[in-house]
Amino acid sequence: MDLKTFRKVSDFEWEIPQTYRWDMRVPVRIFATRKLLEEALDDQSIEQAVNAATLPGLAGPVVVMPDMHQGYGFPIGGVAATSYPDGVISPGAIGYDINCGIRLLASNIEYDMVERQIDSLATALNQLCPTGVGTKGTVRLTTSELDQVCRLGSRWALKKGLALEEDLHRTEEGGCLNGADPDKVSKRAKERGQSQLGSLGAGNHFIEVDVVDQIFSASAAQAMGLREGCLTVQIHCGSRGFGHQICTDYVQDFQSAPKRYGIHLPDRELVCAPMDSQEGKDYLAAMRAAANFAFTNRQLLATSARQAFEQIFAGKVRNFHLRQVYDIAHNMGKIETHTIECREVKVCVHRKGATRAFGPGTPGLPGEYQQTGQPVLVPGSMGTASWVLVGTEASMERSWGSSCHGAGRVLSRTQAKKQVRGEELRKELEEEGIRVRAGSLPALAEEAPKAYKNVDLVVETVVGAGIAKKVARLRPVAVIKG
Amino acid sequence: MSTLSGHRERPHTADWSLDVWAYDLPSLFEEAARGMAELMDLRLRPGPRSKRRIQIPWSDAEGSLVGFLSELLYLDESEGLGFDRIQVTIHAGLLIANLEVAPIAAQAKEIKAVTYHNLAVHQVDDHLETTIVFDV
Repeated sequence: MDLKTFRKVSDFEWEIPQTYRWDMRVPVRIFATRKLLEEALDDQSIEQAVNAATLPGLAGPVVVMPDMHQGYGFPIGGVAATSYPDGVISPGAIGYDINCGIRLLASNIEYDMVERQIDSLATALNQLCPTGVGTKGTVRLTTSELDQVCRLGSRWALKKGLALEEDLHRTEEGGCLNGADPDKVSKRAKERGQSQLGSLGAGNHFIEVDVVDQIFSASAAQAMGLREGCLTVQIHCGSRGFGHQICTDYVQDFQSAPKRYGIHLPDRELVCAPMDSQEGKDYLAAMRAAANFAFTNRQLLATSARQAFEQIFAGKVRNFHLRQVYDIAHNMGKIETHTIECREVKVCVHRKGATRAFGPGTPGLPGEYQQTGQPVLVPGSMGTASWVLVGTEASMERSWGSSCHGAGRVLSRTQAKKQVRGEELRKELEEEGIRVRAGSLPALAEEAPKAYKNVDLVVETVVGAGIAKKVARLRPVAVIKG
Repeated sequence: MSTLSGHRERPHTADWSLDVWAYDLPSLFEEAARGMAELMDLRLRPGPRSKRRIQIPWSDAEGSLVGFLSELLYLDESEGLGFDRIQVTIHAGLLIANLEVAPIAAQAKEIKAVTYHNLAVHQVDDHLETTIVFDV
C-alpha cells in the first residue's frame, strides 16, 4: 500500500475507496496530514482499518484518527458504526480494556503558589492511588457489591459517599450504561474484579498533575472551570482484569459465530455476532457491566486524588477542591443516534482508541456543555502537553461523533527501551520540572515521550479537519505511573 | 530460524508480538508459555514447587493456544502463581499441561490478554511456527 491508494479529501482527510479490496463493505476515512499518513504506512494500522471495513452491517465509513497505530484486529484510533439492531458487534473492535478512558479534574490552586509542594503531592498520590502490576484496589467487594457496581456504575460510588452528584453529572452517560447485566459476566471475571476496584494498573495508565498552560476558548474553559496557571489532574485507566477477562471470554465464545451466521472475516480477532443474536445481547450486557466498573474505578481514584490534595494543601490554600471537568471513554461500544443521508439512525459505534466528541446541542450532554460541545480529553505522553478539546457539528457529520484519544505510539516498547534508559528519562523529566513516581524504570522507558507521536500535530489535524476545537493546553508537573 | 524450539520478540507498535517455533504442537505450546512468561519478566520465589494441571478442550491449534495461554494469565493474576517447568500433551480431545508452579516474587509487566490477531500455526519445512500478539 502507498499514498496512491488514498483519495485526498483535504489536507487533513483521506479516503480508501470501497473498491480497494473485494471484501470491503464501506470506504475507510482517515484523518491525517500527509506526514502522519506516511508514518502510519510503516505499521499495519491502515491494513487493520481495511479489514474492519469488511464487517457486516456497517452503516458508513470506518473512520481512523490521526493518533492511529496498529493494534490487534482493529486499529487503535478506529471507529466503526454498525446498524442497530441488525448489524454486528465485535468485542475485539472495542478492546480488552473496556471503557479505558480519561477523567479530568480541575482546581483553583495556582501552580506558582504551590510549586514547592508538588513533590509531596506526587508522593501522596502515589501512596493513596494503588498502581502497578497485580495491585489490589482501595476497596474489596463482595460478589453482591460487585453486581451492584456492574448495574449502577458511578451511582454505586455516590451511594457509598465516594462521589459527588456533580461528578456523575460530568461523566459520559452519568457514569452508568443502562442494560448492564452481571449475570452475563463469568465467575472468573468477577473473581478478578472483586479486588481491583480503585486501582490504576500498569502499562500506559497514569495519574498526571498538570498546569493549565494556555486557553484557546475562554467561554468553553469557563464552562469547564479551567483557569490558566491552575492545577488539574488527569486519571487514565480502565476496567482492569474484570474487563480484560470479559473480552477474553467473549472473543473465545464468539469464535464459532461467523460460521453460524455465514460471516467471512479476514482476521479472527474481528470475530463478531449480530447484535440481536443471543451472543450479541449477552456480550453487550457484559461489556456494559465492565464499562460501569471502569467508570467506578476512575471515580474511586478521583476520590483518592482528592484525599491527596487535602493531605497536602489543607490549611495552605483556601480552596483545594478538585472539580470534575469530564470523564470520557476511549474503548467502548455505544448505541447512539446519528444522521445518515438526512435520516436519524440508531447505530452501535465501536470506538477503540478514539474518544466520543459530540458537538454542541447533542442530546444527553450536561447543560453547561450544550453550547460548547462535549469536552474531549487528549492526554500527551509524559513530558509533553495534553489537550482539552470540544466536539463539533462536523464531528457528528464526519466521524461518528468521535475524535482522537492521545498522541499514539510510534515506537515499539522494545525499541523505546533500547533508545531510552528509565533512570535517565526520570532525571530528564525531573530537570524539566516534572516529578515522576514509577513502579518500574524499564516500564517508564517504554512510555518515554519519544515513543509517541507529537500530540500537538495530532491535535492540529483534528482541529484542521474540523472534528474538534481547542479549549486548553495542559503542561505536566507530576506523573504517577504503574 | 532453528528447527529446535524457540521464541523471539517481534517489534509491535503498541503491544507485544512473539514469534514461536517448535518441531511439534506440544512443544510449540510449551515454548509459547515460556516466551509469554519471559515477556512479563516473571520471577518466582525460591523454595519447593507444587504441581498444577491445566486442562482445556482441544478446539483447533490457534483457539487452543489462545485458551491455554489465557489460562496461564488467569493463574498469574488470580493466584499469583507462575511456572518454571511445563509439559504439554494433546490427547483424546484435550490439551493437558502439567506445571511445576510457585508464587511469583516479582513481575515487571502485565499482559492484558492473548489475541487471535493474524494468529495461524504454520508447518514450515520440518517444524511449526506461529506469531502471537498480546494486548499490554
